[in-house]
Amino acid sequence: MTSRRVAVAAATLLTIASMPALASAHGMAGQRFFPSTLTIDDPFVADELSLPTFLHIKQPGDSEVPAGQVTNISGEFSKRILPNFGITLGGEWNLLDPAANNRTESGFGNLEVTLKYQFFTNAAHETILSAAFGWEVGGTGRQKAGAESFDIFRPALLFGKGMGDLPEALAWLRPVAVTGIVEGVLPSRSGNKKFTLNDDGDLEVEIEKNPNVFHWGFAVMYSLPYLQAFVRDVGLPIIINRLIPLVEIDISNPLDRGFAGKTTGTINPGIIWAGKYFQLGLEAVVPVNERTGKNVGIRGQVHFFLDDIFPNTLGRPVFGR
Amino acid sequence: MGWRAILVLMALLLGSGTASAHAFLERAEPRVGSTVKIAPAQVRIWFTERLEPAFSTLEVLNERGERVDRGPAQSDETSPDMLQVRLKSIGAGTYRVKWRVLSVDTHVTEGDFIFRVAGGH
Repeated sequence: MTSRRVAVAAATLLTIASMPALASAHGMAGQRFFPSTLTIDDPFVADELSLPTFLHIKQPGDSEVPAGQVTNISGEFSKRILPNFGITLGGEWNLLDPAANNRTESGFGNLEVTLKYQFFTNAAHETILSAAFGWEVGGTGRQKAGAESFDIFRPALLFGKGMGDLPEALAWLRPVAVTGIVEGVLPSRSGNKKFTLNDDGDLEVEIEKNPNVFHWGFAVMYSLPYLQAFVRDVGLPIIINRLIPLVEIDISNPLDRGFAGKTTGTINPGIIWAGKYFQLGLEAVVPVNERTGKNVGIRGQVHFFLDDIFPNTLGRPVFGR
Repeated sequence: MGWRAILVLMALLLGSGTASAHAFLERAEPRVGSTVKIAPAQVRIWFTERLEPAFSTLEVLNERGERVDRGPAQSDETSPDMLQVRLKSIGAGTYRVKWRVLSVDTHVTEGDFIFRVAGGH
């Protein structure tokens, strides 16, 4: 090897070595950008911050809880530990009007911790698969504001699939993408004992049962940025060309302890605007049945892409490239 | 206090002048998915971020998968968010533009699109 070649090789190695880590994340699979959905969990691991997510809805009452309005403000911070493995910390603040005691109550919900491993990514088919394990830490929130006193565990599988691999004849459907989740919601306690004094002054014991729940949901979206950049530039004006209309379906099927078959859920049509550093989302929350509610609620979210805002510090994995 | 902290954070994030982001395709000449009557002499694509041209590629392929560009891709000092490549003499047909770029903050993005030529030179 001549000295000139050695010098070129050394310079190339030094250039590569001095480059910052090549970043990806951000819900990408090939040329597909998956936005963060508002209602169901995302299938990808990323450095992101959802703050705040706002929900307001009227909920029906039952024998134990009066009908009333629920206002929920929550936040989630997601951090990659490894390029495909991350942790999410979530918290919420609830306003119940009225709460179970027929008074207006507010306070923080339980802390939620979720570990997620994105174990499969296929660029050509715009596919992401991941596994997650969530833990709602019982007793960390205010019980009167709806926080449970017991732990809830949530093992889950998540997926994302973009339709960019459809044939040319179906090119207009390539901007479509679907993400989804199937998870178990497993309370650590099968029931709570509730002690009350009746009108005669006698002690009464009630047992509130906590069922295991099969929770599933999916989001179907049509990405106008994808249409513009990869299918056909139809000349959409700025702002419009970053919109992603979507519908999210979110269903809970209790499995046991007297609640089997008492399905609840919502259909959430809405829209996301995805910018460089953050996205904004707004959805209607439509109950699927009377058990869930009779009134349409609203959900909004501001979501920050930390990997784009702080690419060399907070926005990269703690370990690995 | 909590809302003040959120407002300060948002102001920092929105006003961040030093951060960069993923480079997404903003527009192209010929336009994405378009049909042109006259074969273009070059393909130019603009991105939402400044690029590292030494680590960015742009290829144009015909229907048989053969390259019809006179690569490598080049950038323009006055448009650091643009990548261009000259083309060989091409006739009527469908052409695929494949790109893979590195933005200045080291995010890699990639993609492809087609354009059609209705008539050759």
